[in-house]
Amino acid sequence: MSPTETPPAEVPSPGEPAVALTDVSMAFAGKTVLESVSLDIAPGSVVALLGANGAGKSTLIKILSGVHTDHGGQVRVAGEPAALQSPLAARQLGIQTVHQRIGEGIVPGLTVAENLAFEELAQRRGNPFLNGAKLLARAREIQAGLELGWSDALLKKDVTELGISDRQLLILARALATRPRLLILDEPTSALSAAEAERLFALVEKMRDDGIAVLYVSHRLGEIDALADRLVVLRDGRLTEDQAKPFDWDAALRAMLAQAHEATTARPVREGGPSHEVALSLRGVRLFEGRTPLDLDIRTGEVTGVVGLLGAGKTELARGLFGAEPFTSGTVELDGQPYAPRRPADAIRAGIHLVPEDRHADALVPGWSLAQNISLPFLKSFSRLGLVNTAKEDALGRDTIEALGVVTRDEHSTVEELSGGNQQKVVVGRWLAETPRVLILDEPFRGVDIGARRDIGRRARALAAEGAAVLVLSADVDEVLEVADRVVVLAAGEIHLEAYGEDAERDRVIQTISASV
Amino acid sequence: MTTAQSTPVKTATPSTTATPAARVQNAVIKYGFIFVTVALFLYFALSEGSFRESATLLDTLRYVSVAAILGLGVTLTLAVGGMDMSVGAVAGLGVSVAAQTMVVYNQVGTVAIIAVLAAGAVVGLLNALLIVVLKIPDMLATLGTLFIVQGLKLVLVDGQSITPGMTLDDGSTAPGKFTEGFLKIDRGTVLGIPISVLVFGGLTIAAWVFLARTRWGRVLYAIGANPEASRLAGIRVGAYRALAYVLSGVLASVGGLILASRIGQGDVSAGTSQLLEAVAVALVGTSVLGKGRPNVWGTALGAVLIGIITTGLTIKGLPYYTQDVVEGAVLILALVFSFTLSKRRTA
Repeated sequence: MSPTETPPAEVPSPGEPAVALTDVSMAFAGKTVLESVSLDIAPGSVVALLGANGAGKSTLIKILSGVHTDHGGQVRVAGEPAALQSPLAARQLGIQTVHQRIGEGIVPGLTVAENLAFEELAQRRGNPFLNGAKLLARAREIQAGLELGWSDALLKKDVTELGISDRQLLILARALATRPRLLILDEPTSALSAAEAERLFALVEKMRDDGIAVLYVSHRLGEIDALADRLVVLRDGRLTEDQAKPFDWDAALRAMLAQAHEATTARPVREGGPSHEVALSLRGVRLFEGRTPLDLDIRTGEVTGVVGLLGAGKTELARGLFGAEPFTSGTVELDGQPYAPRRPADAIRAGIHLVPEDRHADALVPGWSLAQNISLPFLKSFSRLGLVNTAKEDALGRDTIEALGVVTRDEHSTVEELSGGNQQKVVVGRWLAETPRVLILDEPFRGVDIGARRDIGRRARALAAEGAAVLVLSADVDEVLEVADRVVVLAAGEIHLEAYGEDAERDRVIQTISASV
Repeated sequence: MTTAQSTPVKTATPSTTATPAARVQNAVIKYGFIFVTVALFLYFALSEGSFRESATLLDTLRYVSVAAILGLGVTLTLAVGGMDMSVGAVAGLGVSVAAQTMVVYNQVGTVAIIAVLAAGAVVGLLNALLIVVLKIPDMLATLGTLFIVQGLKLVLVDGQSITPGMTLDDGSTAPGKFTEGFLKIDRGTVLGIPISVLVFGGLTIAAWVFLARTRWGRVLYAIGANPEASRLAGIRVGAYRALAYVLSGVLASVGGLILASRIGQGDVSAGTSQLLEAVAVALVGTSVLGKGRPNVWGTALGAVLIGIITTGLTIKGLPYYTQDVVEGAVLILALVFSFTLSKRRTA
C-alpha cells in the first residue's frame, strides 16, 4: 500500500477514538518504564502530554510509532485492534510522528520538492527512474493543500537553504500529506522563535479542524495552554493527571514534578538564614540572550537548591560556573576574588567541582573500572613521576564504595556493571576525592533509585556541614526540598523566588513555577 | 537498599556466570591471535629448516621493526580516538633528510639523527595544528599532510635519489656519505642482536610504560573513550591530542632513521609501503589480547605476526606480490576479532 493511499482520516467512525491505549506497559531489562497506561485520543482534538525527563514520554511515543513492539496491553486504531509492528506499519495505520530533532527528518542534498514528496521516492515499487515533473507536481499539491505559500523557485532549492522553521514546516507538511489519523508532535517548537511557532500553531489548529487527532508533547506550558483541548501527565510511567480545558496548572505541575506526599517527610533540618559566608557571588549574569541578568549568592555551609523546568537555565548556570560554557556577560567572584574560568580545568583548580546532568555522555569513561573512573579528575595526586599508583587508586575506590554505599562487586568492576544509582554515586564520589569549595550537582537524582538518592543527598548535606557550598539543580521540586536549605526558582533564565526553610514551602514553590509560565 | 547508608554488598557479576560456549568464545577472542601466531610459527619452523635459523628469525624482527615503530605512533593516535595516516610519509621524509644532511651537507651521523627527529616532530606539530586548532577530522588532516610531506621529500632532493658521490646542481660532487656509525643503526649488532631490533624492543617497552602505566597514557585513553567527560574532568584535551600526534611524528621519524640506515641512500620511494603496514599492525593490535582497544603489546605482536607470515611465505616460495593479499586477509581477520566478535560478546 502506498503511503499516499492511507485510510482517509475524514471518516472516523462516530464516537470512536482515533487511537485508544488500554493498559499499555513496557519494561526494559526488568525496569518498568510504563505501567498500565490507558488513553483515548479523539479525532479532531489536541491532547498535550506532559512529563519530566524519564517519565516515559518517549517510550509511549515509540510504542505508538511502531519502534517498541514488545509492550503489554492493547492499542486500538479507529476501534480496531492494531499491531504496530514496525514504523511502516504505524504509518500505514495513519500514525505519523514528527520527532524533536529536525535533522533526522530531512535529507540534505535533495531539493525541497524531493524532500516534501519523499514518500514517493521511498516507495519500493514503480518506476526506478526519477520523474522530476511528477515529484514537483506532488510537492506543489502538498504545499497548496497546507497553504504554505511556497513558490516553485523555493521548491527547487536545496533543502539546506531553508531556515530551521521552514524545515520544521516541511517535515510537518510531509507527515500531513499522508492524511494521518493521529499526528504525534514531539517538542515541535524547541528550535523555533515565537513568530515561527505561531505559524506552526496555525497549522496544528487547521489539522484539528480537519479531524486529525494530535498528541502534542512539549515542556512549554504556554503553548499547551493555547493549543490543547486536554492534557495528560505522565510520571514514573503512570498517567497521573487528566484534565480538560481550562487547565488547573498547579495540579498539573504537582502531578508532574512532585512526588507522592509521603515521600516528602524527610526534609533536612534547616540551619538557614544568610549567616554563612558567600562563596560564589554572581552579578549581572545573563543565562540567555534577551533575558534579565541575574544576581545570586551561593553560600558555604548550606545546600542551595535551584528548581526549574527544562529550559529554565539550570544547566547553563551550572556549566557557566564550571567553565564548561563560560557566561557571556556578568561577573562572578569566588571568595571575594574575580573568578572567570575559561575551561573546567580552571574551575577545578579553584575548587569548584561539577557533577554533570548526563552521566553517560559527560562523566563516565565506558569500559573503565570504578576506581579508574573515580581517580580521573585528580590523577596527578595518585601518581609519582607520572606513574599511576594503582594501589592508592584502588584504596580510593574502596573508600568511595564505603562512603557512598556503592553496591558493587569491588572497585575493579566496570561502570557498566553498576545500576544507574550506583553509577551516579561513582560520579559524585569522584568529585569528593579532593574536598571542593563549591560542589555543583546538576540533576543528580535522575534515573537514580530512592535509596541512592538518599545516600547522595546525605553526602551533599554532610559536605555543606563541613563548610563547602553545595548547589543542587533539579526539575523535581521534592528532590530539591529534600536536600536544600535554600530554594531558588529559576524560569527562562530569571530568578522568581529565593527562600529559606519554611518560606520555601512546597505549594509556594510550585505556584511560583506555574505563575512564571 | 531502602533507608540507612547501605554497606557494600558483594554481588555476582554476569561475567562469572557465563555459559561454557561464551567462555570458549571469550578465550578465542582473548588468545586467538596469539594462538594463530604460535601455530604459524611452528608450522613454518617444522616444515622449513631455514626458517628455524636464528639469523632468519632476527632478520624477520629487523624487517618488521620499521612498521612496528610506526605502528606504535599510530597506536598513540588511535588511543586518543584519532588516526595518523602520515607516518609512512614521515619515515620517507626521514630518509631524505638523513641523506641530505650527511651526503650533501657533509654532516656527521648524530646531526642527521637530530635533523630527522626534528623533522618528525615538526610534521607532528603540523598534524596537531590541523586537527586540534583548525578542527579538521584526523583522517583527512593527516591524509593532507601525507601528500605534503611526500611532496616535500621530493622537493628536498630535487626528485632524485641522493647517493654518495653524486653530482650536485652547481656541478660539484656531493662531499659526504652515510657515516659508518649511521649505517650501523640497521646493520650493526649488540650481543648478536641487530640494533634496529633493540630499538624496536626498547621503544615498545617505553611506549607500554607510557600508555599503560603513566597518568598521561591514562588520560590519552580517557580522551579516546569519552572526550567530553575528559574535558569536564579538567583534562586539557587539545594539549593531549597534540601530544599524541607529535609523539607519533617522532616515532615515525625513528622508523625513518632505521629505513635510511638500511637503504644507505636517499631513496625517493622510501616509506610509501610502510604506511599501510603500520596502520595494519596497529589495528591488528587492537584485537590481540581481546582488548578491543589500541594497545602497545598488541601492536608489537601484530608486527611480529605479520613478519612471521611474510618471511614464512617467502621461504615457501610465494612470490612477493602475494604478500599484500595475505597481509590484507590477516588485517580483516583481526578486525573481525576486534569488532564483530567483541561486540557480540558485550551485547
